[in-house]
Amino acid sequence: MTDDPKPRIAARAAQELRPGEVVNLGIGIPNLIPAFLTPDSGVFVQTENGLLGVGPRPSEEELDPDLIDAAKLPVTALPGASYFDSAESFAMIRGGHVDVAVLGALQVSGAGDIANWAVPGRSVLGVGGAMDLVVGARRVIVAMTATTADGEPKVVPACTYPLTARAAADVVVTELAVFRLRDGALVLTELLEGATLEQVRAVTAASFAVALE
Amino acid sequence: MLLDALVETSEARGLTIVSNNIGEPGRGLGLLLRQGRIRRGVSSFFTSNPEAVEAVNAGTLEATLLPQGTFAEAIRAGGAGLGGFYTPVGAGTLLAEGKEERLLDGVPHVLERPINGDVALVYAARGDELGNLWYRKTARNFNPLMATAATLTIAEVGELVPAGGIEPESVHTPHLYVDLLVVRE
Repeated sequence: MTDDPKPRIAARAAQELRPGEVVNLGIGIPNLIPAFLTPDSGVFVQTENGLLGVGPRPSEEELDPDLIDAAKLPVTALPGASYFDSAESFAMIRGGHVDVAVLGALQVSGAGDIANWAVPGRSVLGVGGAMDLVVGARRVIVAMTATTADGEPKVVPACTYPLTARAAADVVVTELAVFRLRDGALVLTELLEGATLEQVRAVTAASFAVALE
Repeated sequence: MLLDALVETSEARGLTIVSNNIGEPGRGLGLLLRQGRIRRGVSSFFTSNPEAVEAVNAGTLEATLLPQGTFAEAIRAGGAGLGGFYTPVGAGTLLAEGKEERLLDGVPHVLERPINGDVALVYAARGDELGNLWYRKTARNFNPLMATAATLTIAEVGELVPAGGIEPESVHTPHLYVDLLVVRE
């Protein structure tokens, strides 16, 4: 696959979202998801800097410095949107009121452990809302490339990077496949168009069951 | 901007800064960092400013890293007179090291302590002459929390209106939290 895998991952992850759900989108691939949500998707996007009802990116005329997302990128607010402070925003997240968190990861283990905030050997200096989201969201979707830039598998038997949270992932979407965590074990449920089981096995270090849907 | 005034006209140093990040290189708090006036930072994202990361690695900046929701709630707790709170966030991770962990209803929790400041600098789009504040859109974020948690709260307002100029239902920060008002020019 020579094309950029990121939009492909975002497009597939977007299909996991159901009408009426409140969704928080992490920085990176997850932040590409709004482009794949139709206006009638019925999905409410929450951003942890204090907005429920995030709309599309603004036009030049709509640009408002007081209206940004957690990545500090300009956004719009849809009719019915609400603003709130950061303590309330994270109360929503920790309190289980946000249905889905879609986030990127450095590693996911076969048991659904997520590592997405720190690299061994470097000082640990940035975490943002990652830990709050994986603990608080009712469903956690990891949207990430199958391997690192160096070709190392990111779906691993056990995370070697510092953990964000244990057994937190429910779904893992890569450019090749969709995995689901069932009873604490990894199950391959879908091959993305053009991908083969052999390809997935070649880039997945964790063991997994296969139950294609 | 209050922050520019702090950078340009104040000589306060050895500061402990409580902010979600330490600005960007050469901007906002990043300027204060370049001046070597920040001793300690309490943040969720030092990494948005590579110079802050360098300073930590060089040992000139002491860093306290908190998950963002814990950071926000700790400031809220500070303003609300609480001794701390237990959160499941961070339990079993590096960020729980040295903190009390305890099982509550079978779920591991971490004890987090409140954050208070000597001075809070906040910005609100609108304030009235009593100090009631109204924030605009996502510029609310940490401002209402910070306003509650410091001994001296200084609010910069984009527009000053008479008392009653903000609908009582729309006051985000009631005036009892605000000590000084500065009007942006």
